[in-house]
Amino acid sequence: MPVKIGIPRALAYYAYYPFWKEFFQKLGLETVISQVTTKQILDDGVKEAVTDACVPIKVFHGHVRDLKDKADYIFVPRLVSINKEKTVTFCPKFLGLPNMIKTSMTGLPPLIDIRVDLKKGKLELFKICYRLGRKFDVGLWTIVKAYSSGMKAQAKYQQLLNEQYSPIEAVNILDGEDSLLANSTDPKLKFAVLGFPYTIYDKFVNVDIINKLRKLGIKVLTAEMVPPKILLQQAKKVPKNLFWNFSNQVLRAALYYLDNSKVDGIIHVTAFGCGPDAMVDKMIELEAKQRGKIPFMSITIDEHTGEAGLMTRIEAFVDMLALRRERS
Amino acid sequence: MKITFPYMGTYHIAFKMLIEGLGHEAIVPPKPSKKTLTYGTQNSPEFACLPFKILLGSYLEAIELGAEMVITSGGAGPCRAGYYGVLHQKILQDLGYDTKIVVMESPFRNIFDFLGKIRSVIGPSGVSWWTFGKVFRKAWEKLKVLDDIEFLSHQIRPFELKRGDTTNVFSKCLEIIDQAGTIPEINEVRVIAKKMLNDIPVDRSRQVLKVGIVGEIYVVLEPFANHDIEITLGEMGVLTHRSIYLSDWTRESTGYESTQKVIEVASPYIDELFGGHGIYSVGHSILYSKKGFDGVVQLAPFTCIPEIVAKPILNKVTQDYNIPVLTVFLDEQTGKAGLQTRLEAFVDLLAQKRDKLEGIAI
Ligand code: SF4
Ligand code: SF4
Repeated sequence: MPVKIGIPRALAYYAYYPFWKEFFQKLGLETVISQVTTKQILDDGVKEAVTDACVPIKVFHGHVRDLKDKADYIFVPRLVSINKEKTVTFCPKFLGLPNMIKTSMTGLPPLIDIRVDLKKGKLELFKICYRLGRKFDVGLWTIVKAYSSGMKAQAKYQQLLNEQYSPIEAVNILDGEDSLLANSTDPKLKFAVLGFPYTIYDKFVNVDIINKLRKLGIKVLTAEMVPPKILLQQAKKVPKNLFWNFSNQVLRAALYYLDNSKVDGIIHVTAFGCGPDAMVDKMIELEAKQRGKIPFMSITIDEHTGEAGLMTRIEAFVDMLALRRERS
Repeated sequence: MKITFPYMGTYHIAFKMLIEGLGHEAIVPPKPSKKTLTYGTQNSPEFACLPFKILLGSYLEAIELGAEMVITSGGAGPCRAGYYGVLHQKILQDLGYDTKIVVMESPFRNIFDFLGKIRSVIGPSGVSWWTFGKVFRKAWEKLKVLDDIEFLSHQIRPFELKRGDTTNVFSKCLEIIDQAGTIPEINEVRVIAKKMLNDIPVDRSRQVLKVGIVGEIYVVLEPFANHDIEITLGEMGVLTHRSIYLSDWTRESTGYESTQKVIEVASPYIDELFGGHGIYSVGHSILYSKKGFDGVVQLAPFTCIPEIVAKPILNKVTQDYNIPVLTVFLDEQTGKAGLQTRLEAFVDLLAQKRDKLEGIAI
């Protein structure tokens, strides 16, 4: 039986899953992914994680728990950097993630906690893959092939995102499932819904905000839908980069949508207890205010986020914007 | 120019000297208070960390007093502190102030570099390196005296016969230190202040518990943020040792441990430096245990990322090294009374552990 690698459907999953899935499979290993977040997963996560952790980290614990008896290894890489931007890394909770999991959970299969620090050089990702491949006694040639298939899958994925599919849709398409572009073609309004991929695309965590908006006839654009190059160009609009990869993406996407007037409103979905978000949220608010054109709303989600309250706020925001639009 | 800076522990006394020495007017922000916090909280994002809020409040108070420039320091990340400056500036702008925030991008631990940059920003053009060096050395000496005296006060407080004596004498010491203008004067006040503290009537026969203080730099250094934790513990008959003093990397006398050593002992637990002082909290706790301390208090702003990461690791340290750690998360709602109760319970636990309860006069 092939070795099973468990991949938690949380945190960096939405950014790099296609690569790792393809890579592991081409190595001849099986990948098991944790189920979509459910109440059970969240509750498990809340139980396992330190109380002061943010919701996404708790959810991650829940996903690891879900894989406990399903996999031989659990993939919890330590993401340090994923591009060449020197000062950019991840939130400290990412950096300490494998340690956190190891200290707060017991009875787990071994973790694959390989360190991913791509700013070290061009070949770094390959080196990491090589080390992983060797760990499972795979020959060099197979590793090379697996690596390049992984890269291709990831490129395809990015392409789909650029075409404004959401990561979930993109993964489905890669997996050969049909997916309709659920964004309405003749939208009433266009919104940028910004936040970490793991809060924006985890329907359970965010009370399915994207579909709620779509049902109201709103076209939803996210940070992942801005091509990476254009995103990077936004960096010069702020005096200093943030230190966290995903937060930079959010802030830059906000700047892009603000300045290109592509949207009628911006919603920032923040995670309760998230340090970086507190900063980013205020930055976006002030940047939006300074420009004075595009309304901004921020929504905080936590383990108790209720549908009703959220819906009321969203509807009020939408109504206000629709009214504004009619008037102008 | 009228220049202000963060208020942190006693250090404003040295910063003030430096800025005045360079021919500027120093606006010392009022000691952080409820008002500071209210100012800060009103204008900060709700989940910003406590230091962010207190600092913003302080800047606003200083601006009311006429400050035209703020000089501050920002870490190189990966923590939020590195972005404080940018966001503070945006918020001030939004409030309609054109006060400039100058961020010294250097770690607190390298104060020489920090001051070197200060010269390039605010050194009046005529000032030679030589003059600057003199001004700077004076400020540095003062900083050291401040640290020496504060360190000593924590050594004496648990033994004082009359509760409150040490704190009274200590504030008098600060006044005297503030007056000293030249290096000989600074050296003189060092001797005087030490004598004043050493003259406090004490009962050396007391058995005191020893507690190390670790955590995020700002809340460790600023008594307003930590509700005077060192005084509170001291008056409960506990000798505290703080793991952070700005001047301490230059000498060993304060029980200072080199960064390298701290990281070395912590390394079995963490293979990543995750910003802020998380790793130091772990390393120092281990070292405290090795030095026979009875317990450790970890101070962290609510939502402080590195300290949250450190917390479960500290639980492990407690088991492995048999040293109890009390984690205190601080936010604007933390009340002094509640903290006091928690500290008392913790001290009780330590005392029981030591099984020498009768030796401690509370
Ligand atoms: S960036 Fe925020 S939400 Fe993400 S792991 Fe860190 S604290 Fe949690
Ligand atoms: S170390 Fe803690 S308090 Fe300091 S900036 Fe980071 S999160 Fe905030």
